[in-house]
Amino acid sequence: MTTRIIELRQGILKKNDELARGLRDRFTSAGVLVLNLVSSPGTGKTAFLERTLRELRARGACVAALVGDLETDNDARRLAASGAPVRQINTHGICHLEAEMVSKHLDGWELDGLDYLFIENVGNLVCPSSYDLGEKIRVALLSVTEGEDKPLKYPTLFNSADAAVITKIDIAEPCGFDRATALNNINEIRPGIRVFETSAKTGAGMDEWLTYLAAQRGHAAS
Amino acid sequence: MHELSIVASVVDSVTESLAAYPGARVLEVRLRVGALAAVVEDSLQFCFGIAAEGTPVEGARLVVKHLPVTMYCNACAQTVELEGVQSFRCPRCGELLSDLRQGRELEIESIEIEEAPARVGIEVTP
Repeated sequence: MTTRIIELRQGILKKNDELARGLRDRFTSAGVLVLNLVSSPGTGKTAFLERTLRELRARGACVAALVGDLETDNDARRLAASGAPVRQINTHGICHLEAEMVSKHLDGWELDGLDYLFIENVGNLVCPSSYDLGEKIRVALLSVTEGEDKPLKYPTLFNSADAAVITKIDIAEPCGFDRATALNNINEIRPGIRVFETSAKTGAGMDEWLTYLAAQRGHAAS
Repeated sequence: MHELSIVASVVDSVTESLAAYPGARVLEVRLRVGALAAVVEDSLQFCFGIAAEGTPVEGARLVVKHLPVTMYCNACAQTVELEGVQSFRCPRCGELLSDLRQGRELEIESIEIEEAPARVGIEVTP
């Protein structure tokens, strides 16, 4: 019997990474800015996205969304009320979205006509960090009810984010939310990251967020 | 927990790489996993046995090499190794760092196989 060592040196998620690269090329050539929204369940991703879609449409932008959940199309129906095209991805137990799921659900959509595509990931702060979906911007969301140390508990996700959004700031005070500590923790894990403090209910912080999106789209198109 | 889908990808890739070695048995699979890869070794080990069942990888050892996070510190003009993932500050000068050099790896480094013995003689079909 002979034994032999074979050097493979390949990424374990090579297939996902290759698909994601293909998607990124498609998005770039279509001129659509793609964002991947990641948070724990209950942070308010859907409410934040509902408001974002509504306000972008009011400003004349063409927007669409894909939303991932284990089961139900409740979130897709909520988001579709904004008037934007929305598709639900049901993962049936899988704890994250993968590039292939995104690719399949884009069938028949004219990407060229879109300005923004939002992908709302499955509520989970661990697994989605490993899976590239071809997005330009990964957004980590955190609500004031979750505790200021969330970024320290889930550094792998926060460290891979391009922007952070704090949600539900309208109830920060009754929750005893310590803003300075939260901002400091985010900065310890992802130094220099842009942080938006928002409320989907009152609209606080939304202008700043929308201005950021427009600027990022400008970069993507150039 | 996505370790099962990760080891399932490992088993698929390893099985594909065996095409040139018909009948080979895999003795060991070596992975490189960065501290920011968001996977847990215990869970990888547990799932690996399940994913390998009924494949040429069944019975192989899974060896995981853990890689610490390293980042480039401009102030120190060198790459530094972080002790953990709770703070992204330079352990030498305390500067906050954002230039990641290592830590997200999730790779198959190599495999060790036992090749099937070469056939001797001529097979005769009755």
